[in-house]
Amino acid sequence: MSGGVDSSTVAAMLRAEGRNVIGLTMQLWNQRRLAGREGMPEQVTGRCCSLDDVYDARRVAETLGIPYYVVNHEERFERDVVRPFVQEYLSGRTPIPCSLCNNHLKFDQLLTVARQVGAEQVATGHYAQVVFQGQNGRWLLKRPADRSKDQTYFLFGLTQEQLGRTLFPLGGMTKPEVRELARKHGLVIAEKPDSQEICFVPGGDYKRFLDAYLAEQGEAPLETPGEVVTTDGRVIGEHSGIHNFTVGQRKGLGVATGSPLYVLQINGDTRQVIVGPDEGLYHATLVARRINLISIPELREPMRAAVKIRHRHEPAPATIQRSGPDRIQVTFDQPQRAITPGQAAVFYDGDVVIGGGWIESSC
Amino acid sequence: MFRVYLDNNATTPVLPEVMEAMRPCFGEHFGNASSIHHHGQEARAAVDRARESVAQLLGCGASEVVFTSGGTEGDNLAIFGLLRPGDHVITSTIEHHAVLNACKHLQEQGYEVTFVPVDRRGVIDADDLKRLLRPNTKLITIMTTNNETGVIQPVEEIGKIAAEADVYFHTDAVQAAGKVPLDVSRIGCDLLTISGHKFHAPQGVGALYVRKGTQLDPILHGGRHERSRRAGTENVPGIVGLGKAAEIARAGFEHGDDKKMMDLRDRIERELLHIEAAGVNGEGAPRVPNTTNIYFDGIEGEALVIALDLKGLAVSTGAACSSGAIEPSHVLTAMALRPDRAKASIRFSLAKQNVREDVDFTLPLVAETVGRLRALSPLWNSPTRSTVASSKLEARS
Repeated sequence: MSGGVDSSTVAAMLRAEGRNVIGLTMQLWNQRRLAGREGMPEQVTGRCCSLDDVYDARRVAETLGIPYYVVNHEERFERDVVRPFVQEYLSGRTPIPCSLCNNHLKFDQLLTVARQVGAEQVATGHYAQVVFQGQNGRWLLKRPADRSKDQTYFLFGLTQEQLGRTLFPLGGMTKPEVRELARKHGLVIAEKPDSQEICFVPGGDYKRFLDAYLAEQGEAPLETPGEVVTTDGRVIGEHSGIHNFTVGQRKGLGVATGSPLYVLQINGDTRQVIVGPDEGLYHATLVARRINLISIPELREPMRAAVKIRHRHEPAPATIQRSGPDRIQVTFDQPQRAITPGQAAVFYDGDVVIGGGWIESSC
Repeated sequence: MFRVYLDNNATTPVLPEVMEAMRPCFGEHFGNASSIHHHGQEARAAVDRARESVAQLLGCGASEVVFTSGGTEGDNLAIFGLLRPGDHVITSTIEHHAVLNACKHLQEQGYEVTFVPVDRRGVIDADDLKRLLRPNTKLITIMTTNNETGVIQPVEEIGKIAAEADVYFHTDAVQAAGKVPLDVSRIGCDLLTISGHKFHAPQGVGALYVRKGTQLDPILHGGRHERSRRAGTENVPGIVGLGKAAEIARAGFEHGDDKKMMDLRDRIERELLHIEAAGVNGEGAPRVPNTTNIYFDGIEGEALVIALDLKGLAVSTGAACSSGAIEPSHVLTAMALRPDRAKASIRFSLAKQNVREDVDFTLPLVAETVGRLRALSPLWNSPTRSTVASSKLEARS
């Protein structure tokens, strides 16, 4: 229970079904840790894991008459989400911490806590559906009824064991329906605005977060400046650090040229930012690694799929095939713009998630 | 659901006699103790009777008792009321946050603060403390007994050291009051904090003993209440409740209530130590009769507390932070417990209302729950587990 509308409504729905519900909030990050450091905001109220959210969750639990506990997973969150998040930027990639959090915290630690306290299943407020398919005995992850809230992209890492113990009660509902239900149950949080950004990065300013975190850790401030290079190897300028860039970015290059230039590639080893015209951003193939398959046990033959390469991307038709140990190559029918290393590639068969992996490279 | 409450170091239930004593204060005896009329006189008389009762519990004069809102205020009044810029204060690493964070705040303001460590049993060495004295040492503040382990500190020795060095000595006796007899002259302290709700008075009332002649400035400024040491209209119902609870606590020592509590506590300890790789934190040190802090290797205390609560047993671990999540205990950490063992520790604390049936309920439930959690624990089931189990033997040898 995050204290938001979605998870609160889930608790209310399950309670109304007469289930034995235990409310849990994961304390993942102490927002006060970096407050005021390196230009981070002093005021941290209303943020994820803030006292306000815990207060809201506690009030909802009290309204519903369910036991409620806050469990502290700050150490694991820092180790498995925050540190890799920082490391990815330092290596010139653009990470998605929400997937790491789902894999390592929400559907790992939380399931462990559930077992410890004797709960059989974990329900969350994610917009996705879990369905058991009798024929091949697999748990399927499917897109939700409300496509605009689809969170399956962040859930591709769930194992069969995890899916088998997970409930997504909001999978068949739209957000307005969820709010309406929250109102009907008299939940104080019914009108609370949705959270959008990465929970531990205030205002979405990840550069400021990286500076503040590294300063707090007593590590050297980010010094990853390097050259701005064209595709034919011409050095046309200097940049302030690779973590300031993401593939497809146009602004902030500090290079004046006649035609608009975009970041095509970031080379973590040489610290070069490679730039070129918009056309240079389009690629037809990518290689994903650290694969998790959901609807099928393994990918033997090339397979048709729709592949999504970032959260706000409409899955595009492609062929997926194994290209090495724990690697899958995706060949799109049409080249896709700004395939970004560090993001996930998630494979769909209609509404069903086949699986996914982390984008390593494109060409 | 049948529920058993063994978290009395967090708070205790108000005894029916205490509630009865307070009841008139919410009705016909509603006066303000500062008023000169009949109603005020009634309230004043009630406050003064309570003051005498508290003085008797502490072995001091009634005029040396200052009523407060509880332990935190008492500790803060003692520390901030005494210290001035340039002063040095000695405290310990295992104090309650009311003292620890007050001292850390002073440190941030530029005061000199020294934190004396504890040994593995959680006891402060008085000789260590003596060596830390400086010419500008103004105050020693050391708790009488620790809230997490129940370990009793050598406060009488420290009292002598303070007297010889002509340094003020404050002791946070919040977890001692009602559990062991207290006598300020035997301890040799100048200031001593107690809190009502730790011994069956309501929450929100406490007292600070201030030895006659101590130059103590108020931290709350306003009217001349409590001999100008604590401004603010007296919490008459709370104070009356505190007085009654003090009277009951004193009588309890004569009736052997503490002995009964100790028998129950010892039974919990004896039986739970039959569980493999379990042990008492603070073993071998003198302890108050109501507290035991036990580790069960291979489990997470946080999960154990939740699992037990869902089955009707209230116990606790570490100290809850503001969100209610559990932070690693600074006390167990200061005792050099391995981090995983500090996290695997649970506190059971009893009070007057606990009976044999509570312990009957507790013992099998804890054993079964620890077993279930261990079956799920990667730490417990790993091949290196034998080292976990054998380190217990080392620790106890």
